[in-house]
Amino acid sequence: MVRTSHSVPALRLLDMRREPFEAIVTRHGPTVLRVCQAVVGPEAAEDAWSETFLAALRAYPGLRPDSNVEAWLVTIAHRKAIDQARAESRRPLALDEARDAPSREPVPGGWESELWAALAALPPRQRQTVAYHYLAGLPYAEVAKVAGGTPEAARRAAADGIAALRKTYRQGESQ
Amino acid sequence: MNTTLEPNGADHMFDTLGPVDDAAQRRLRARLAAEANAAGLLDVAYRTLDSPVGKLLLAATERGLLRVAYARADHDRVLADIAGAVSPRILAAPARLDVAARELDEYFAGRRKTFDLVLDFQLAKGFRRDVLAHLSAIGYGQMESYAQVAAATGRPNAVRAVGSACAHNPLPVVVPCHRVIRSDGSFGGYVGGAEAKQILLSLEAAA
Repeated sequence: MVRTSHSVPALRLLDMRREPFEAIVTRHGPTVLRVCQAVVGPEAAEDAWSETFLAALRAYPGLRPDSNVEAWLVTIAHRKAIDQARAESRRPLALDEARDAPSREPVPGGWESELWAALAALPPRQRQTVAYHYLAGLPYAEVAKVAGGTPEAARRAAADGIAALRKTYRQGESQ
Repeated sequence: MNTTLEPNGADHMFDTLGPVDDAAQRRLRARLAAEANAAGLLDVAYRTLDSPVGKLLLAATERGLLRVAYARADHDRVLADIAGAVSPRILAAPARLDVAARELDEYFAGRRKTFDLVLDFQLAKGFRRDVLAHLSAIGYGQMESYAQVAAATGRPNAVRAVGSACAHNPLPVVVPCHRVIRSDGSFGGYVGGAEAKQILLSLEAAA
């Protein structure tokens, strides 16, 4: 999310304390890659990650100092994923239209392909809410801000997504 | 972040993922640095360099070499200061520092007596900057006293200010504040510590 910076002296002072972007990449890069892998699949994940961090670097000086950086990055990744889905689709597809429709096809191959394939088979909204809550660790209030809707709706979508994953993906669940 | 995970253990489904592998991270970071540079978004690039005077941090803007920092300055702190004073768009991106690193390697090996680098002096202001400009004129293996430097910059009484300018030199080694010593011939202080000053002056005396 690109926020315009105000050149008010007090805010400038706060801006002075912003940490080097390298520290943001170190702290959040791996998690954002997991989110990208889950949401757009392992094949497209590195492109999505690169676009996300380049956009974040561009907007970084204007980011409000009290921002939740992880939620901010996931928001950018979410928008990049929507752009990517639109570009790949034969017709422009709004996220709202896509929410409850199953994905067109599972993600082929790739590392940890079973889990990614199981995620790819979920409707986009379930896949997104699962990724943002379980992989990025965002509380549902933040997940709702990123993916739209209410926190309760986000919680239900993620619960539905987990229930569906339990049927298709069993590895790692000992009980 | 208050992350309340469901009691049914749904989160364990993702435990099998483990950490993101190092090769992927290195690949992504290199790509980000290259793309940021091409897009004009890499305001400050940095890398470290092992040397006889310890690990040096090298940082450069698009204009030129901005900062050389000894380990005792705390590299994390130096980068945080650059983020505030110049820009927070800072990435570990060694390519921009290739020439500086090579010339420093040659200097420490005794094969280089002058640096052929474009310098960005924006971290030094006012009189301190005047002092740095003069320091670059003190040749390899030469030494001047703080009083001589003060006189050369037109402020013969500003001996302490010259010492302060040397102590805050943002580009040590390259801008040779190590060649400024006390009038009595003793080495005096140094931004990299007394031992580093000794090493540099011995290196230059031997070559």
